[in-house]
Amino acid sequence: MEQQRTLSGSSQSPRSPSSSPPFLSVSVTDPVKLGNGVQAYISYRVITKFIELLLSSLLFTAVLMCVVGPFLIRRVGTRKWNLDPQTNFPDYQGPEKIVIRRYSDFVWLRDRLFEKNKGIFIPPLPEKSAVEKFRFSAEFIEMRRQALDIFVNRIASHHELQQSEDLRLFLQAEEETMERLRSQETGIFKKKPSDLMQIFKDVQSKVSDAVLGKEKPVEETDPEYEKMKHYVFELENHLAEAQKHAYRLVKRHRELGQSLSDFGKAVKLLGASEGDSLGKAFSELGIKSEILSAKLQKEAHQLLMNFEEPLKDYVRAVQSIKATIAERASAFRRQCELAETMKLKEINLDKLMLIRSEKVAEAEQEYKEASFLKYPPLKAESEQATKTFETIVKLMNEEMGRFQEQKTLDMGIAFHEFAKGQARLANGIADAWRSLLPKLEACSSS
Amino acid sequence: MMNHASHDDGMESLVLNDDDDSSVHPLRPTPPQSPNSPFNSFLDPPSYADAIFTSFDSNGQDQTPAPSASDHFLHISVSDPQKEQDLSASLVPGATTFYTYLITTRTDSATEFSVRRRFRDVVTLADRLSEAYRGFFVPVRPDKSTVESQVMQMQEFVEQRRAALEKYLRKLAAHPVIGRSEELRLFLEAQGRLPLAKTTDVASRMLDGAVRLPRQLLGGEAEQVEVAQPAKGGRDLLRIFKELKQSVTNDWGGSKPLVVEEDKEFMERKDKLGEFENHLSNVSQQAESLVKFQQDMGETMGELGLAFVKLTKFETEEAIFESQRVRAADMKNVATAADKLHEYLGTMLAVNNAFSDRSSALLTVQTLSSELASLHSRVEKLEVASSKIFGGDKSRMRKIEELKEAIKVTENAKICADREYERIKENNRSELERIDKERNSDFLSMLRGFVVNQAGYAEKMAAVWEKLAEETTAYSKDSS
Repeated sequence: MEQQRTLSGSSQSPRSPSSSPPFLSVSVTDPVKLGNGVQAYISYRVITKFIELLLSSLLFTAVLMCVVGPFLIRRVGTRKWNLDPQTNFPDYQGPEKIVIRRYSDFVWLRDRLFEKNKGIFIPPLPEKSAVEKFRFSAEFIEMRRQALDIFVNRIASHHELQQSEDLRLFLQAEEETMERLRSQETGIFKKKPSDLMQIFKDVQSKVSDAVLGKEKPVEETDPEYEKMKHYVFELENHLAEAQKHAYRLVKRHRELGQSLSDFGKAVKLLGASEGDSLGKAFSELGIKSEILSAKLQKEAHQLLMNFEEPLKDYVRAVQSIKATIAERASAFRRQCELAETMKLKEINLDKLMLIRSEKVAEAEQEYKEASFLKYPPLKAESEQATKTFETIVKLMNEEMGRFQEQKTLDMGIAFHEFAKGQARLANGIADAWRSLLPKLEACSSS
Repeated sequence: MMNHASHDDGMESLVLNDDDDSSVHPLRPTPPQSPNSPFNSFLDPPSYADAIFTSFDSNGQDQTPAPSASDHFLHISVSDPQKEQDLSASLVPGATTFYTYLITTRTDSATEFSVRRRFRDVVTLADRLSEAYRGFFVPVRPDKSTVESQVMQMQEFVEQRRAALEKYLRKLAAHPVIGRSEELRLFLEAQGRLPLAKTTDVASRMLDGAVRLPRQLLGGEAEQVEVAQPAKGGRDLLRIFKELKQSVTNDWGGSKPLVVEEDKEFMERKDKLGEFENHLSNVSQQAESLVKFQQDMGETMGELGLAFVKLTKFETEEAIFESQRVRAADMKNVATAADKLHEYLGTMLAVNNAFSDRSSALLTVQTLSSELASLHSRVEKLEVASSKIFGGDKSRMRKIEELKEAIKVTENAKICADREYERIKENNRSELERIDKERNSDFLSMLRGFVVNQAGYAEKMAAVWEKLAEETTAYSKDSS
């Protein structure tokens, strides 16, 4: 049902309100299962379009859409379009590009963006599910596809992230290139998850710092930041609970639907054995029950996609913030360490100056030579670390505001869809039962 | 004898008193269903209390009885359960207690009288009636207890019994023959102790647990146990129903057929009813499942609502950005809606299992069959006895007069039994016609009630969601 979204740009995506005018519109479509057994994976078609140029290439696009089959790989013309040189936008091939990507490619993109944009909340990815992978139910595939689509579009509409060269590679590189890039990063970034876990623990509890061998926990003492950290961690707990119940609600709909179906069948049997007007009445009841069963199953699916999934997405987003918090702690520590080191070196220098001046000259010379040849000047490095940290702080503040706004919008939409869906269901149920009444009347009078 | 027209009027007027006199309402007291609510809007679905205890004979029709063509009309109500002590014979120090109910009768000649009866008296009445009115479809009395003692509150149990008694007595009153019977009259009018002898007739014991008919009929056991243990309501009724089905199918499908029924028409109808009974029991089970799943849904809605309440509180307390406050307000609306749903789903379920209550219509047929069976067995016994007299040991031969007398007595008894059997068969036929019609209208009422209830609640729930959709309409894609 979400297949029709191919033409919608990120500005129309319900869960990614544009924070800046998108140059790109991306669609993740046509999931195809490839490979066998443990090696099985899903490939997706990622279609990138340029909004600006869409009108002029509308006919072209329309033809393209008609011709493209579900499992074909298509390439579009390789004309290069120069975009407004004032932006730092990388050169995108256009007006449209279609590539094939798999889940690990998305992970690559996320990791690269995370590494290079510290302070920014990177949009979250759907979970890597080792278990469900084997089953690959249609529902799982659709949910993942939707989540990946939203992921890419959020990046494309983020004013900083959209300028990333990594994004361009992801959207445009040939499949072989992508594969090469992906395998290159295995060494560095595969460590990331465990590192992050370690850092989470540090951030969360000062005690673990001592356990891990850090004598003095080096942390920020900004009370507002403390408050924000606490908020983020608490929020995740609350959201996870809401999401859990939302998922249960989906299950309940399915169960009730099944029960109505069984009930309907039993009533129909009753009607068949009875005959006459009473039998007819029972049969009608049975038929209605089965209709309502179908409605419930349908609503269960809607609920899963439009209510439970947004909540899950919210939880993931909060986890992404936690990763940024860890980065900030890391940056803060680095800044402190370097500042410490510099201070120590200066103290040493002073000491030496007091003892013997010749030694001092030597030491200074040594120091300068060594640092010039091998390492960047300590002072520069320290200044860099400070700058990095301060950038993160600034970005995080901006990001937090943006995040809150976006989430209010996302959840508002989810609630609205939830309410509409439930109202539709309830009305459908009421109508179905009501329509039975005149039939019952007819039975009793006959 | 059968005045169908008046009977139908009688049935129509057999509506239950939703706003009954009983002061015992342990459950949520919401206003009773508006008696004149049209089908298209259901403003107040029945409360939990009303729902459990009313049947679906009433579908919002006028509760005051229409002036009937019958010259004999009784309006009965049962109320005011009171605990009393059994001062007589109790071996254990400390008297046993039981409940009595005030039974008020108003006749069409506007006389009114009341008596106080306990459940044991009702059992006596039922037994006497079933003895006296063999061949008629005697309404089945309320159960003594259900299979095992349950956790129902005493108050709930008493209220349930009160309602069931009322229903039963009204049915008796509405029956064209039994309504005029002496036994019923005595029950309703005679002050003080009930002047009806208890019987040892066992056929009426069928409903009380898994009693097996053949053993009872041949063994002649008498059980006088009155168990005052509360019942659990719908689910145990089902269990009885199932056990009953079990025992009946065992009887009739068993190796020893007690009766060789020559009346083909009757057998066909009985078979058909048996089949119907199976299907109905199946439906009843499914209906109970349905109830359970609706209950689960309600529970989860409640939990969801609670989770959002917590989120609302959290966001409000920690709010730095305006967007957080807006979101908190949205979440509160969701929580409110979910909670309302939780409430509705909780109250509607008890009413769903109207199907289990329909056992009465069917079981009377089984009662009838057992009557026939018992008669036949008596006839058989008599024949056996008489053959003994004829072909017995010469050394035990009696005087000729005594012999002749014995033969005559036995033969007369047999003739009586045969005649009674024929009478019952004749009653059967006309009763079957009557019960068919009654059953049809009963079931249709029940269906109507079920459907009305479901539709009514669905409407209410739709309204809740529509409100939430209104509150969040700013976020909809259409409006932006």
